[in-house]
Amino acid sequence: MKTPVSWIREYVDLPDGLSTEDLTHRLTALGLKLEAIQRAGADIRGPLVVGRVLTMDAEPQKNGKTINWCTVDVGAANGSGEPQGIVCGAHNFAPGDLVVVVLPGGVLPGGFEISARKTYGHVSSGMICSARELGLGEDHDGIIVLPADAGTPGDDAFDVLGLREEVIEFEINPDRAYALSLRGVAREAALAYGAPYRDPADRPVPAANADGYPVEIDDPAGCPVFVARKVTGFDPGAPTPDWMARRLTQSGMRPISLAVDVTNYVMLEIGRPIHGYDADKLQGPIRVRRAREGERLTTLDGVDRALSVEDLVVTDDSGIIGLGGVMGGETTEMSGTTTNVLVEAAHWDAVSMFRTGKRHKIASEAGKRNERGVDPVVTEAAADRVVELLTTYGGGTADSGVTVVGTPPEPPSITIAYDLPARVSGMPIDAPTTVANLEAVGCAVQRAEATLTATPPPWRPDLNDPFDLVEEVARIVGYDQVPSVLPREAAGRGLTREQRLRRRVGRTLAGAGCVEVISFPFVGDAAFDALGLAADDPLRHTVRLANPLSSEEPSYTTTLLPGLLRAAARNLGRGASGVSLFETATVAFPVDRGPAPIYGVDWRPTDDELAKLVEALPDQPLHLAVALAGERERAGWWGAGRASGWADAIGIVRRLGTELGVEVEVGAATRMPWHPGRCAVLSVAGEVLGHAGELHPKVCQAFGLPQRSAAVEVDLDALMRHARDVTPGPDFSTYPLAKEDVALVVGEEVTAAEVEAALRAGAGDLLESIRLFDVYTGEQVGAGHKSLAFALRFRAPDRTLTEEETAAARDAAVALAAERTGAVQRS
Amino acid sequence: MSGPNTDYDPVEVTPLKPEEVDAARDAALAAIAAALDLAALKQVRIEHTGDRSPLALANREIGALPPQARKEAGQRIGQARGAVNQALSARQVVLEAEHEERMLAEETVDVTLPTDRVPTGARHPLTTGSELIADIFVAMGWEVAEGPVIEAEWLNFDALNLGPDHPARTMQDTFWTEPADHGIVLRTHTSPVQARTMLSRKPPIYVVCPGRVFRTDEYDATHSPVFHQVEGLAIDEGISLAHLKGTLDHFAAAMFGEGISTRFRPSYFPFTEPSAEVDLVCFVCRGAGELDGAPCRTCRGEGWIEWGGCGVVNPRVLRACGVDAERYTGFAFGMGIDRTLMFRHGIEDLRELFEGDVRFTTAFGTEL
Repeated sequence: MKTPVSWIREYVDLPDGLSTEDLTHRLTALGLKLEAIQRAGADIRGPLVVGRVLTMDAEPQKNGKTINWCTVDVGAANGSGEPQGIVCGAHNFAPGDLVVVVLPGGVLPGGFEISARKTYGHVSSGMICSARELGLGEDHDGIIVLPADAGTPGDDAFDVLGLREEVIEFEINPDRAYALSLRGVAREAALAYGAPYRDPADRPVPAANADGYPVEIDDPAGCPVFVARKVTGFDPGAPTPDWMARRLTQSGMRPISLAVDVTNYVMLEIGRPIHGYDADKLQGPIRVRRAREGERLTTLDGVDRALSVEDLVVTDDSGIIGLGGVMGGETTEMSGTTTNVLVEAAHWDAVSMFRTGKRHKIASEAGKRNERGVDPVVTEAAADRVVELLTTYGGGTADSGVTVVGTPPEPPSITIAYDLPARVSGMPIDAPTTVANLEAVGCAVQRAEATLTATPPPWRPDLNDPFDLVEEVARIVGYDQVPSVLPREAAGRGLTREQRLRRRVGRTLAGAGCVEVISFPFVGDAAFDALGLAADDPLRHTVRLANPLSSEEPSYTTTLLPGLLRAAARNLGRGASGVSLFETATVAFPVDRGPAPIYGVDWRPTDDELAKLVEALPDQPLHLAVALAGERERAGWWGAGRASGWADAIGIVRRLGTELGVEVEVGAATRMPWHPGRCAVLSVAGEVLGHAGELHPKVCQAFGLPQRSAAVEVDLDALMRHARDVTPGPDFSTYPLAKEDVALVVGEEVTAAEVEAALRAGAGDLLESIRLFDVYTGEQVGAGHKSLAFALRFRAPDRTLTEEETAAARDAAVALAAERTGAVQRS
Repeated sequence: MSGPNTDYDPVEVTPLKPEEVDAARDAALAAIAAALDLAALKQVRIEHTGDRSPLALANREIGALPPQARKEAGQRIGQARGAVNQALSARQVVLEAEHEERMLAEETVDVTLPTDRVPTGARHPLTTGSELIADIFVAMGWEVAEGPVIEAEWLNFDALNLGPDHPARTMQDTFWTEPADHGIVLRTHTSPVQARTMLSRKPPIYVVCPGRVFRTDEYDATHSPVFHQVEGLAIDEGISLAHLKGTLDHFAAAMFGEGISTRFRPSYFPFTEPSAEVDLVCFVCRGAGELDGAPCRTCRGEGWIEWGGCGVVNPRVLRACGVDAERYTGFAFGMGIDRTLMFRHGIEDLRELFEGDVRFTTAFGTEL
């Protein structure tokens, strides 16, 4: 909402010398937030004066243009009183016109300095200005021609043009629709300074009579009040007065024609949107009803619209002529030949306005006000003001007929305890203050012993609840008066298990050299294709968005890998030699269990009802993904670097398992996007968590990553479920260690994990640890075989082991490995 | 201890003349002094104290002497051998010290060489920032509540007094999941977690809810379709705006330093009434609006930074969530974590948070 300060001052006697900063500060404190103060022409320096064109000679130029060599009377502004010679390229004026002249020495917006200069064979001493050159608008079709009574040559043009006028732009919250008018803004200003206020809607209006245009309302709930007034003999060519056009421009509206400008002006002034019909195009009585199935309307923006049975429409004998309160129809639109105008000022149901505006995607200044709630009582005053302005400036006659149908809805009565504002705000607000502040915002207050009953004024449809009144009282006392008091100490239980575990996971991964990434969870086929997922891969079954930002990524993701791999490629593209990234975020899997119900809000839904809500939501497990690409260890003076690979990926999960006290089982798997021979399935106690390993070469290529890049994706919720809660204190022996190394030859298809498990089981309780320390393939073990060398460490809790005991345990281990895996001990 | 010397070879018997013993001793001492390293000293030890050394041989002969001469000879030779052994030990200590010094000197390295063999990891500032905020509230006895990002429309809107026709419902530009009439949205704020909390437990309630939220905003330096909020909710007997102010002042001071407080401006949110915008004293210029004579860049000369929205929980919300609105009042607040970090750390472009450039993230380490 943009409001010129002078317009505000028209309705409220603000203190003399009050700065605009002070005003906006006080209004912001009341809830009308300052967005910006605009000072048109603040960057113009004079002399900028009114001039009268004395002569103009058109001179065609070689470049095809025609310039006008003019002499302009600028009074005494040029010091000599002699006519000023100026070259002008515009043609929209004539000798005798008043124009705006910037004289040499003046500076226009953008630091454009004006000096006398030779051009087109003349010395041009200044410039005749267009609106755009002065920063007053986009109009550059010609220069500004002032009204004949705008002033006399030599007058300072700043005041004539309304330059230096300050315009305040407010951000108006949806509950304060009354402030979408000068009437409302001025009322707040009066409240801020306790200054006298004149209500522009407070005007004598002619009484309703039977001579007005016939109007019938079929739906009084949708349209409680409809006022119609008629102006006849209006001059469609009459110009909009300069002051009105200027105020409209300052308020952010474009002047169009007198009839349209007047309706807009009154909407800004009083807050009531007005519609004007070309009365000659109306056929028969006006009727307001809901649209019927299948009805259509071409609105005055030229759009043919299919109407809903919920839309409120205005009709005459010809059919539908307008979408009530939202936009008029084409057939009865005012035009450049309209001489008889029917003025409609109607009050509309806000909810209906909102739905119609949303349904038809119409965002208009009128709709904005109607859907937020307009004072239902000012319809007659607003219509009368329109008639006044149309007849004053358009030369028409006000028809004596006055149609007023319906009655404004009654405001509610709200009863509160006197001390409610004090209790809710925490400020020491006494009963007299509460009453005074409610009255100051226009409430009628009835007092009882412990309670008061307030009836809000008609312009405040937002006041319905006791706490609404609290806000009104509190904002006038001032939010800056709210004391700062800490609530009592709450007996919280600290972070939950999952919250603590998540922190632990993040720290562990960072400790493993991984950098956390947060990416957008939107995904599309391109990413799934790049991951090489089969057409029926479950990951392609997504939660789809009805209104995605990009049709390329229409779904909530089922995997964190696309975002992570793209981030990895981005880092490498920016020059990183290697990158290790991780992300923890929820993914979503559809459950297809039907819609989530919408319940009422007057009481709590039952637990069963709530369970239905939650059931309808997609599964949203927390995932962890890791991407490793390029150098994992740097090359340096210590030697060569080392690239990431499948082992790093699996190692990170193992490390995480160790940190969480979870034994992660690793098995071979084949699954995209991983390399079929270098992919591990990770599980805990038989529950599959996810996969890790080297990415498939095609996937590396698709994401622009180096070959052998590696990745992990696991269900972190599942992993954390298995996390050990209380770590038992470890029991360990300090007796001497007995070492036994064994090398076992097995078939190449036998996994290290299988052999290790067999050794571990065979070795029995004396085994303290086992570690694979070498893998050998080659001639000595023969084709199709490999040798796995394990270091076994034995220790007893209560004694020093004898060589015989150790050897027996080792032999038992090897024997079981032989039995289970066909291992043969190398001699 | 050797017994009487009865089987010596007379040819090898070295005369036990005092001057010869002295000469042997002197020769040994000279050789010890001349030994320049441990290897040379070892050779000297063999030559002058070994079995074939003159003093050792002389010692063997003592037993062959007439008893009356033995004592004197024994004394003389013993003294000589003692002096030599002592000198050897002393020399050994000196040479060992020299050796160690030399060895250590030789092992000197250039300690300025790089040591960044394994690159450092880091956690995202949005994660650690959320944790920092959570910790501030947990220290006050609050708990951290969470909820799903894909949420029921009823919890995201209706329960929070954003009815089907509430203008705010379009203002918030919501992502809907398909089919659009199934009442499921990407949550537009963390407030549904408030509703879930009130629906699932009894007051008193003191929770903060950090999390990821979604709006259909275009992606630019200050807007993102995906961003992060932290929501606070307190429901208890006698809760007022003053408790909200106290809590936010405490939060501001903990997050930005002592002396950084907040102010309220009247505003509008459907879920609170009265509602306020909360501004933070600019922690860079500390409210002055200028820094070194120029307008403060962080607050654009205002002295205040817009931080978030807050208010007293609308009793309609309490009712929908099953809280006794006659007995309890509550306050709620919410602010953008991304924005908070942007001005706390002078991050100019929001997109830096989501690009995954490790140079950005590693700058923050593992704790904020």
